[in-house]
Amino acid sequence: MMIDTAFVNEINRLSGQQIELCYHCHKCTAGCPVAGEMFYGPDRILHLVQRGEKERLLGSDDIWLCASCETCGARCPNEINVGAVIDGLRQLALQEGSAVAAPDAVRFHRLFLALVQRLGRMHEASLLGIYLVWTRQILGYARTGASMFVKGKVPLRPHLAQDRQQLKRIFTATEEK
Amino acid sequence: MTTADAVAYAYYPGCSLHSTAAEYDASVQAVFAALEVALHELEDWTCCGASSAHVVNHTLALALPARNLALAQPAGRDLVMPCAACFNRHKTAAHTLREDPVEREKIEAAVGFTFTDSVAVRPLLDVVVNEIGLERVAARVRRPLTGLKVVDYYGCLLLRPPEITQFDDTEHPALMGKLLRTLGAEVQAWSDATECCGGGLALTRPKVAAGLVSRLAERAREAGAEAMVTSCPLCQVNLEMRQNGGKPPLPIFYFTELMGLAFGLPEATSWWKKHLIDPRNVVKGFGIGD
Amino acid sequence: MSRIGVFICHCGHNIAGTVDVAAVAERVGADEVVVFATDYKYMCSDPGQELIREMIAEHNLDGVVVAACSPAMHETTFRRTVAGAGLNPYRCESANIREQVSWVHEKDKEAATTKAAAIALSIAHKVGGNEPLEPLELSVTRRALVIGGGIAGLQAALDVADAGYPVYLVEKEGSLGGKMARLSGTYLNFDAAPALLQRTIERVERHPYIQVLTKAEVAELSGYVGNFKARVETAEAAPTNGRIPYTLEIGAVMVATGWERYDLGRLPEYGGGGLPDVVDGLTFEQMLAADTIRRPSDGRVPREVVFVQCAGSRDPEHGVPYCSKICCMVTAKQARLYRERVPEGQAYVFYIDIRSAGKGYEEFVQETIQTKEVLYLRGKVSKIFADGGQTIVWGVDTLSGRAVEIAADLVVLATPMLAADGAPALAQRLRISTDAHGFFNEAHPKLRPVETLTAGIFLAGAGQGPKDIPETIAQASGAAAKVLQLFSHETMTQSPLVATVVPELCAACGACVAACPYGARELHPVLNIATVNAALCQSCGACVVACPNKASQVHNWRPGQMLEMVDAVMEIGD
Repeated sequence: MMIDTAFVNEINRLSGQQIELCYHCHKCTAGCPVAGEMFYGPDRILHLVQRGEKERLLGSDDIWLCASCETCGARCPNEINVGAVIDGLRQLALQEGSAVAAPDAVRFHRLFLALVQRLGRMHEASLLGIYLVWTRQILGYARTGASMFVKGKVPLRPHLAQDRQQLKRIFTATEEK
Repeated sequence: MTTADAVAYAYYPGCSLHSTAAEYDASVQAVFAALEVALHELEDWTCCGASSAHVVNHTLALALPARNLALAQPAGRDLVMPCAACFNRHKTAAHTLREDPVEREKIEAAVGFTFTDSVAVRPLLDVVVNEIGLERVAARVRRPLTGLKVVDYYGCLLLRPPEITQFDDTEHPALMGKLLRTLGAEVQAWSDATECCGGGLALTRPKVAAGLVSRLAERAREAGAEAMVTSCPLCQVNLEMRQNGGKPPLPIFYFTELMGLAFGLPEATSWWKKHLIDPRNVVKGFGIGD
Repeated sequence: MSRIGVFICHCGHNIAGTVDVAAVAERVGADEVVVFATDYKYMCSDPGQELIREMIAEHNLDGVVVAACSPAMHETTFRRTVAGAGLNPYRCESANIREQVSWVHEKDKEAATTKAAAIALSIAHKVGGNEPLEPLELSVTRRALVIGGGIAGLQAALDVADAGYPVYLVEKEGSLGGKMARLSGTYLNFDAAPALLQRTIERVERHPYIQVLTKAEVAELSGYVGNFKARVETAEAAPTNGRIPYTLEIGAVMVATGWERYDLGRLPEYGGGGLPDVVDGLTFEQMLAADTIRRPSDGRVPREVVFVQCAGSRDPEHGVPYCSKICCMVTAKQARLYRERVPEGQAYVFYIDIRSAGKGYEEFVQETIQTKEVLYLRGKVSKIFADGGQTIVWGVDTLSGRAVEIAADLVVLATPMLAADGAPALAQRLRISTDAHGFFNEAHPKLRPVETLTAGIFLAGAGQGPKDIPETIAQASGAAAKVLQLFSHETMTQSPLVATVVPELCAACGACVAACPYGARELHPVLNIATVNAALCQSCGACVVACPNKASQVHNWRPGQMLEMVDAVMEIGD
């Protein structure tokens, strides 16, 4: 078994980190709030990158479980931001159109960004409304949703940014080819 | 709302302050008016991309906040952010623009601006404690919150990654505690001030988030707190929405709400109504909000 | 006219296989300064050397060139040979026709032969201009200075003093013993460190040849090997805040300044020094030394003790990237001692790797794991915090992939060994160097571990790098051996091939003084010319390059000689 330098380099480039510095102390896992839910855990994810296990990683649920709390990066003795590596894997999975283990999460993020592109600011009524219906969770949120609506916390009318053209240009310019 | 005050700040509320965190925005505006510090909301600001952008596209996640930096550059004022996530994204964008010439070119081209590094991105808590200063805050207190037992909860994005946020001590932050004590509250000692509440997973993995929330609420109760105090709208909503039956339920305040309460501002009553966990039991001793 | 003899060596097949040695001898022999030239199989052999001596006598040679291997191999040999025949050794030199000709031009024999002849003849012309020099003799003050009174300094002082030479031992604190005095039992057999140390300290204090100065520091060191002057200032017996200075004349210095503790404040995620029941290794040693092991917060006997290895070491993020070498063994020892003293207690060790490289060390650790019921968990601790009366440790067991949370009564952090605080400043005063972490640099990491690049200054102990007691003692004795080597004669010889100044050409501009990296040049205040301290000169030639008037020259490497060499090469080249 060898280290898959090509895959390590690709993830290093995407994430801006140096995965080869990891000496597998697992301090990241020890402090990760969702490690208990993960199958591999942050440290093993780095290990698997070194082993070239691209399919396994891009198809894993772990990468969508990361809460982006940045604890791992703040504590790693070798100053590796594991959260950034996981972001890199997420981005790669979407770029390559891999079959993802958490399609609901992907739907959520794509919906969020589509709303930003169209409106300029997040419109939570649309976001929650569409997402919760889409994922068949709307009934579970009925009471909370109603309560928030009554308290005026989910305005129905979205705010439209003035320079939406610029936003569209930003989205187009940064599209991954 | 502006009075003659030499220092004014550019204000970026962030999307949730105009919806699910409406009481945060209301309390910020009220408190700053009471302190006679001007806030100029950034004209035509747009979403920073929050958690979703950096999951999907690295450069987009930097270009969205960079657009707001571009808007703030002409006036040259410090850009103040009440939302921890927005602060983190904007600070990351500024950091990247400063340190990474390759990304900088991409971002500048996408947004159509030149980065001048002339705008400081600052969290609201930083400005209140380090700029306005605790003396001025103390001077404005009319009803000290004596006997109100709270814990200070920072969450993740205000403090990490340390080389980007450069704000307070990453493991043992102290600024919110100082502020709350200035208001007269009793800040209980606890070890979970920087533990994640799962806010980023609130909609996509609600069960995981609920687990983290329950644990935090439990720890806060064990520490003797009646409420938690936050500086992040995602944390606040998540913590109130998902306490799922722990007894007694802990209301989650924005620190500016407690400032408003201590300042004796009558509009505070309207803020309590917006909470998902009714805080009136906790605040009723202080004359407002009955 | 010189009478030079040139001897071309075959070196078996090494040279003769490529170079036509007979032809070289012939071509070189044709030159007017060469009165005798021959080739021979092995010049370094007894018959080869005898040949040189005979030809010196027979042909009345006044200079010898041996065209053979590199001067680094045998020039000293041949110089000794000619000295035996009554010829000044500096009128003999090697011409390198092996490493510089036959070994690198195997394919072109004709060109190799021409080159060999050119080199041999150029050296012949150089030797013609060589002065018959005598080696310099420097006196050696046979007294040593040891800086640091911990176990390294104590051992080094005893070794030199036991050989009969006076030693000054200078210690910064008010008493001797250093960090070893704070240890409880030592591995492998749990000897009590203070008792071991006490014996050594008593020997030092009673030794007729050792003078101990406590509360003392070296303020200045001047001079050179064999002839140092140290100014030591001591607060002992001085008026408040005052210092009494001493000037010590010594021939050698041994630096044994030891190590420093790491501040727990540098580990915020482990409590940052603010949690009373989170202590470092040395503090736990003190706890072990007491009658009962009691934890700091409430004096209770701890029942759950967690040891955290690599708490700061191997951690570029916290500023100490290196491994502190001793902690794996110290932790195993401490865990064992705890289990023996508190049999109902439980000990856990969080580690990333186990480094137990000494004699019996691996067996010691394995025994700790296998028979002493100390639970070893592989994984680095992420956070340590207080909860009620307990200290919570969040770690991970990487081998089973599970997070581990332990409610500990006491946590012992194996923190790094840092270089002594004042080490870089001391290094400046002694004109030696430190690395980026403040540890003194040895002259060569493999071959010269107890010397520095400053002649006469030696290193011992943790000041040179983290190490444990047996290694420290070995190194201290090694440094002492080097000192005794220096002291074995009343004088020492120095090569005379040093820089010199031609007074008539010197304008006292001072460029050579600035250029010399060894501090060997000075401007004479009365004579108003530059002078050379031959003892410090390393013949590097920087002064020669710097001098605008060619007043600075290295003996037997004069400009005129080098032009002669060029002429000789051109002659053969045609």
